[in-house]
Amino acid sequence: MSKANTIPAGDTAAPRNFGTFLKELDWRRYVIYIGFVVVFLFFAVLLRDQGFMTPQNLLNIFRQTATITVIAVGMTYVISCAEIDLSVGSVAGLASVCTAMAVSQWGLVPGILAGLAVGLVVGSINGALVSLLGIPSFLVTLGMLGIAAGVAQWITASAPQPILNDTFNMIFGSGDFGPVPGLVVWSALFVAAGAVVLNRTKFGRQVLATGGNRNAAEFTGINTKRIKFQVLLISGTVAAVAGMLYAGRLQSGRFQWGSGDELSAIAAVILGGTSLFGGFGSIMGTLFGALLIGLINNGLILAGLDSSQQQVVRGAIIILAVALARKK
Amino acid sequence: MNTADNVVEMRSVSKGFNGVSVLKDVSFDVRRGEVHALAGGNGAGKSTLMKILQGVYQADAGEIIIGGKPAAINSIQDAKNAGIGMVFQEFSLVPSLTVAKNIFLAAEPLGAGGLIDDRASVRRAKEVFAEMEVDVDPRAEVSRLGTAYWQLTEIAKALSQNAQVLIMDEPTASLARHESEALFELIDRLKKRGISIIYISHRMDEVYRLADRITILRDGRRLLTEPLSAVTPEQIVEGIVGRKIEGQLAYRERDHAVHEGAPLLEVRGLNAGRRVRDVSFSLRPGEILGLAGLMGSGRTELARALFGIDRRDSGDILIRGKKINLNSPQQAIDAGVALIPEDRRAQGLVLDHSVRDNLLLPLLGQIQRGPLLNSTKGKDLSSSLIKKFAVKVAHPNRPVRLLSGGNQQKVVIAKWLGTNPDILILDEPTAGVDIGTKSEILDMIRELASAGKAVIVISSEYPELLAVSDRVLVLKDGSVIRDIPRSDIADEEYLQLAVQGV
Ligand SMILES: Nc1ncnc2c1ncn2[C@@H]1O[C@H](COP(=O)(O)OP(=O)(O)OP(=O)(O)O)[C@@H](O)[C@H]1O
Ligand SMILES: [Mg+2]
Repeated sequence: MSKANTIPAGDTAAPRNFGTFLKELDWRRYVIYIGFVVVFLFFAVLLRDQGFMTPQNLLNIFRQTATITVIAVGMTYVISCAEIDLSVGSVAGLASVCTAMAVSQWGLVPGILAGLAVGLVVGSINGALVSLLGIPSFLVTLGMLGIAAGVAQWITASAPQPILNDTFNMIFGSGDFGPVPGLVVWSALFVAAGAVVLNRTKFGRQVLATGGNRNAAEFTGINTKRIKFQVLLISGTVAAVAGMLYAGRLQSGRFQWGSGDELSAIAAVILGGTSLFGGFGSIMGTLFGALLIGLINNGLILAGLDSSQQQVVRGAIIILAVALARKK
Repeated sequence: MNTADNVVEMRSVSKGFNGVSVLKDVSFDVRRGEVHALAGGNGAGKSTLMKILQGVYQADAGEIIIGGKPAAINSIQDAKNAGIGMVFQEFSLVPSLTVAKNIFLAAEPLGAGGLIDDRASVRRAKEVFAEMEVDVDPRAEVSRLGTAYWQLTEIAKALSQNAQVLIMDEPTASLARHESEALFELIDRLKKRGISIIYISHRMDEVYRLADRITILRDGRRLLTEPLSAVTPEQIVEGIVGRKIEGQLAYRERDHAVHEGAPLLEVRGLNAGRRVRDVSFSLRPGEILGLAGLMGSGRTELARALFGIDRRDSGDILIRGKKINLNSPQQAIDAGVALIPEDRRAQGLVLDHSVRDNLLLPLLGQIQRGPLLNSTKGKDLSSSLIKKFAVKVAHPNRPVRLLSGGNQQKVVIAKWLGTNPDILILDEPTAGVDIGTKSEILDMIRELASAGKAVIVISSEYPELLAVSDRVLVLKDGSVIRDIPRSDIADEEYLQLAVQGV
């Protein structure tokens, strides 16, 4: 298994006996995986007659969580760098409509470029305001949340923008790779790339160091302003890709796509064990955080709860999981 | 000995963290109106013992007796009620509030209608300061005051809660020399009023200046408790370190042939901010340059400017005769400069990250294979640094936060020497470090210079500065006022006068 976390659990260099290994094993770090398994088993038993365990339903869970997973991978970088990005949901919405409009005007490639451009531009603006002007990312991206959502609604006059380009729809979310839904492939790609970059590259280490102690990182020769800029740029761009995935899956661009996703993404990241105060990040954890949320959503629907009840139960489970995972 | 004199007594206290025993059967007592020094190497357990007395940690075994009766101290509040006050190493004040509001935080005097009476707290704060015979404005906002005033506020806060015992853990670490002297006088006055003080410090001169008795801890065990008059300085040092140290603070002539060459570093007319004014000097390979000056004289700011942290307003920096642009630490590192910053916790380390990750942070470029980091290389490199600098660590994966102060400092030094710099700047490299480690660090500095590196050392401790420097630059208000070869400095007093600009 690849190490999803920068703080390895036990000792890998010197052999130790299993007893000390167990004692040192910090189970709180694995709460997300334990929680995932427990909730999964719970639904598997409780909802066995409602079709929870059918391959179709399980694939559905993956498909429905794909966009959140992708957004949350970018968010993991931002949060482990001790920043936050509240604009991701509206960036996804704006990217979906820009892509849709560009596809119908100019075709496939310009459409994709238009979507990416939304992420690059918004991410750069967020990053520049945070790193150059020193405005807290909470405020910058809160403002951007409104701006991006407003622009998306404005340029479309609130109307959905249908996408009739089949190639686009196939690539972004509607198609399958053999038995595997395209959306699942997309999220696997982002998770794999995200995990490798965060754990195994210089950039990843510098993100964690900047989040852990910006001052010390600065004294170590890390350009922390650049790092902060880069994480917000990544998060914006990744959110734009998620927006294109919405557009492809739903075969249209719409300003509502992705609205509220920032909260699900943040919840997934925190559930996954990334520190809200920066310094630690786990992409694998984020994946399971997102899956857990998807699992709960799916299970509650199958169980026949209405949407108000779903919200209550979902909120309670998230608080419980974070409470269990916190350091004492 | 009459135990009734004891204000506080700790009997056979033991404490472990995660199965690792840190204090073993330690007994400790404090008499009314005495200054009791608590000494021991880094990681000996001094702070842990005091945190038990303050209610931050609970002992695994043993008991605490206060005023002759067993006391259960399970929280900081319990300790306060029992008359135990603490001057925190990391200050526990709210910077945005005034001095008076801090002193009476959560114990505000109430006036009519149960509302907080700020005037009463200012009045009572004034009374406390008057008793302490110090001059502090209770209405000043704490964030605007210097560290010395923070400390006075902490002490006033403890006294306002009727503390009978004050714990001071390395209180002079962040004080200038004259401020320390003022603190010592305050301690003398408190003592006369019957207040007992537990004083932790790695500086022997302070222990001699203040303490009536001394307790030495080594590896979590009590080695001795004696009146200071009954032990010799050599015995104390040996007790703390566990071996004899000789001549650590004696200046040793090194092979001067090395630093005859062309200057490695030249600074010409450097101006940076308000604290570096028209500074010029040069430094040859193999030379150790000491920077002396009062607090605020611009020593740290000069170091920061040389490392590219603070913007240079004008002037030139030449390395190996070539003018270079130093606008960021990365450029300084590329030019072969390393800075060991003055505050290791805030500037030197990512405390929650592992020892290994901290060591490798400036060396990531060295362990890359293609775009990816090679973890085997990283492990080997960090292990070799740990070994070379004798860092005591249970495992390199452990957070650096759990190491004792001296070992944390070694990690910072090791991290920077891993980059193999030609010019090394050390800002207060032995702050909070025990005598044994201190002599190791001083030896390390000498060795580096002998190996042809150019070294700049900043220190507020004159004996230490004189022990290593080949030349001393005296700064005042950001300017160089003297440039004295070591051979011209007869003794500490000479340097002290030079620093004061006499
Ligand atoms: N919360 C903790 N968890 C685990 N180990 C700890 C904890 N606090 C302290 N230790 C360990 O206990 C030992 C004693 O630490 P302590 O801080 O009491 O030493 P000290 O004598 O105050 O040292 P210094 O002079 O460096 O301040 C050290 O080995 C330290 O690593
Ligand atoms: Mg200590």
